[in-house]
Amino acid sequence: MTVDARVVIVGSGPGGATFAEAITRFGWDCIMLEKGRNHLLEREPPYAPKTVFSNDEIKFVHRHVLGPDPLLEPRTYRRDEDDGERLLVGDVNNLPSTVGGGGVHADSKLPRFREEDFRLRTTYGPVEGAAVEDWPISYDDLEPYYAEVERSIGVAGDHTANPFASWRSGPYPMPPGPDMYGATLSTAAAERLGLHPYPAPTGANSVPYDGRPACNNCGFCGLYGCPIHAKGDPIAMLRRALQTGRCQLRPECVVTDILVDRRRRRATGLRYLDAAGDSHTITAEFVVLAGGAFETPRLLLHNGLANSSGLVGRHLMYHVQTLSVGGFPFRLHGHRGRSVTHLHDDHLVPDREARRAAREAGLPWIRGGIVEHGAAAGPVLEAKTYQPGPGHNPSMYHSDLRDRLWVFTMQGEDLPQPTNRVDLDPAIRDVWGRPAGRATYRPHRHEVVASAHIAPILERVLLGAGAEWSFSTTSPPLGPITALDRQNPLGLAPASKHVMGTCRMGDDPTTSVVDAQSRFHDIENLLCADSAVFVTSTGYGPTLTLAALALRAACLLTGNPLPRTNRPAG
Amino acid sequence: MPVFFTDAEYAAVAAACERLLPADPELGAPGATRAGVADYIDQLLGAFAFDPPRIWAGGPFSGRWGGEARFGAFLELSPLEELAWRTRIEGSRGLPEREINGPVVGLQERYRAGLRALGADFAACDGPEQDARLDAVPEFKALLYEHACEGLYGDPVYGGNRDQVGWRFIGFPGDAQPRGYTDAEVYRP
Repeated sequence: MTVDARVVIVGSGPGGATFAEAITRFGWDCIMLEKGRNHLLEREPPYAPKTVFSNDEIKFVHRHVLGPDPLLEPRTYRRDEDDGERLLVGDVNNLPSTVGGGGVHADSKLPRFREEDFRLRTTYGPVEGAAVEDWPISYDDLEPYYAEVERSIGVAGDHTANPFASWRSGPYPMPPGPDMYGATLSTAAAERLGLHPYPAPTGANSVPYDGRPACNNCGFCGLYGCPIHAKGDPIAMLRRALQTGRCQLRPECVVTDILVDRRRRRATGLRYLDAAGDSHTITAEFVVLAGGAFETPRLLLHNGLANSSGLVGRHLMYHVQTLSVGGFPFRLHGHRGRSVTHLHDDHLVPDREARRAAREAGLPWIRGGIVEHGAAAGPVLEAKTYQPGPGHNPSMYHSDLRDRLWVFTMQGEDLPQPTNRVDLDPAIRDVWGRPAGRATYRPHRHEVVASAHIAPILERVLLGAGAEWSFSTTSPPLGPITALDRQNPLGLAPASKHVMGTCRMGDDPTTSVVDAQSRFHDIENLLCADSAVFVTSTGYGPTLTLAALALRAACLLTGNPLPRTNRPAG
Repeated sequence: MPVFFTDAEYAAVAAACERLLPADPELGAPGATRAGVADYIDQLLGAFAFDPPRIWAGGPFSGRWGGEARFGAFLELSPLEELAWRTRIEGSRGLPEREINGPVVGLQERYRAGLRALGADFAACDGPEQDARLDAVPEFKALLYEHACEGLYGDPVYGGNRDQVGWRFIGFPGDAQPRGYTDAEVYRP
């Protein structure tokens, strides 16, 4: 039987782009469908970058140029069933709907997970009310793929700087970029308190690399597309895939159905709508879902596929963000440089104090997440934070909440719970008439206790760095709903863009959705190449790991596994 | 010349925004009027009077820091993007394709209703009276405030922040490409 393409890929973000680059390198062909627009690459060789991206807060932060527009593609959110069918409708953890997906607007911190992150249950033990499990693969299994995607994206970092990091087969391909001024203060203060900050591994060039220029520190990084393409993710992988001539990119094409055989055991292709609204089908030997951990389960649930376990959409995880801010008596010019230049990992490794806090709360253990040492957002967002009237000018002039603010964002580990899930909203629809995705999510007590334990430590660091005042808040809010929450109910949904775990990976088809090679248990030629496969959220940004998993899945599928790497001696 | 507002509406919007973001000569704050915030709002509500519509400025550079000035070349919208933005600005107006999840009240209608509630004589009232009338319509006040902040501190190409007066006041350099900052400018105090 002839097919339109050997592989069809849904979504052009870091997972889909990595997958496409790998299979086309090995001689396979693919069609990549993306529901958003192509602002990134010309459709024809030589695939020059387009130049829509710019330093423009209005376009990127306030008028969602990268999509999705919440009027066209609303999502809904509720904390649990007591909230009724939904608590709010709108922008819920939306990731860019555009060629390149979440890679476009990310500030490109790309840390690896650590060895124990893949065997959390074995290392620390189960937690009541949470489905803490080991992954079916180990750090050692993934190391060669981590190393390869770091080269492929182009990650700048210092492999000697993080004492908690697991072993590596080699250094980063580029040295770190310049430290932000604020980070020089916060890292020194953190070290004085016994913490171990290090330069954030970042997928933005510190030197010219891969034919792209070095980052020139313009400061419009997180939430923005890079106008000079110093960010490697996703342009590097996409361009190389297109340059093989074996990848066809079709933007503004939304997949409506996964097509399957009569027994529903094999995928035969996809049905999609093009920009004009015309329906098309593509037949393929393999179908790869890479629309992200929200859209992937939404499509499967809409089609009623691959769900014999009943777990599609379940174990939805974010990172519970603890934001500790410090106000300084002088300016930090945080608008210069990349959004975040340093991290520390200490709160992922429970020390005596963390074990005691866990014990007192009746939990076996608590873990936080990486702490990002970063600057505040742009002046329009700052302006909207203050109250109107005569007090507005002094606030903007002194800039307590922007130019004199330093921010720690902890991406706290979020334990998997089967009740936290993506499903289909019973009434709300998208512009194509499909049921909107609905997130039902409430953090586990673990996250509440971990945040409460770690936030005061972060505040002490900020005061030690010279801040005059400090306070902490979380997203989602961990306490009862306040009047402010009611004024802005969108603030009740987690702000995290890290969405994980809705098609978890495992060896047992009754307790997991995909196998250790990222293939769906129920449909052997259907694969997942996004963070839906995550078993646990860890406290690390998901992008590098989801790209490494996508690369591994592509290499295994095409029969080209990378050689195992070895732990360096000594 | 406003593209959407009448002259009277324009004057009322300008007066209301000046109460929300007032000038402050001592601090050097320009205030909403001097920054052209009413123009920003007028050009948003009248975005489809232009071709391409003035929703998203072009890229990659403004020209202020080198490179070719391209912010003024607004981007073409896809059919779906046009649907979304027309719905947001004009409202659904009973058109089935705009009522994906029911009717949508557009920004134009919200402004017209809000301005009616402020009264035809709003611009001529004294400050305390204007404040009282704004406080009586909290939802409209919040909408005006959102847009006023964007108009004062967003890029000048959208009609506000005239001559970069908002950015100059707070010492914010705005866009920085293609120059960017040197490494020393990043890490030094």
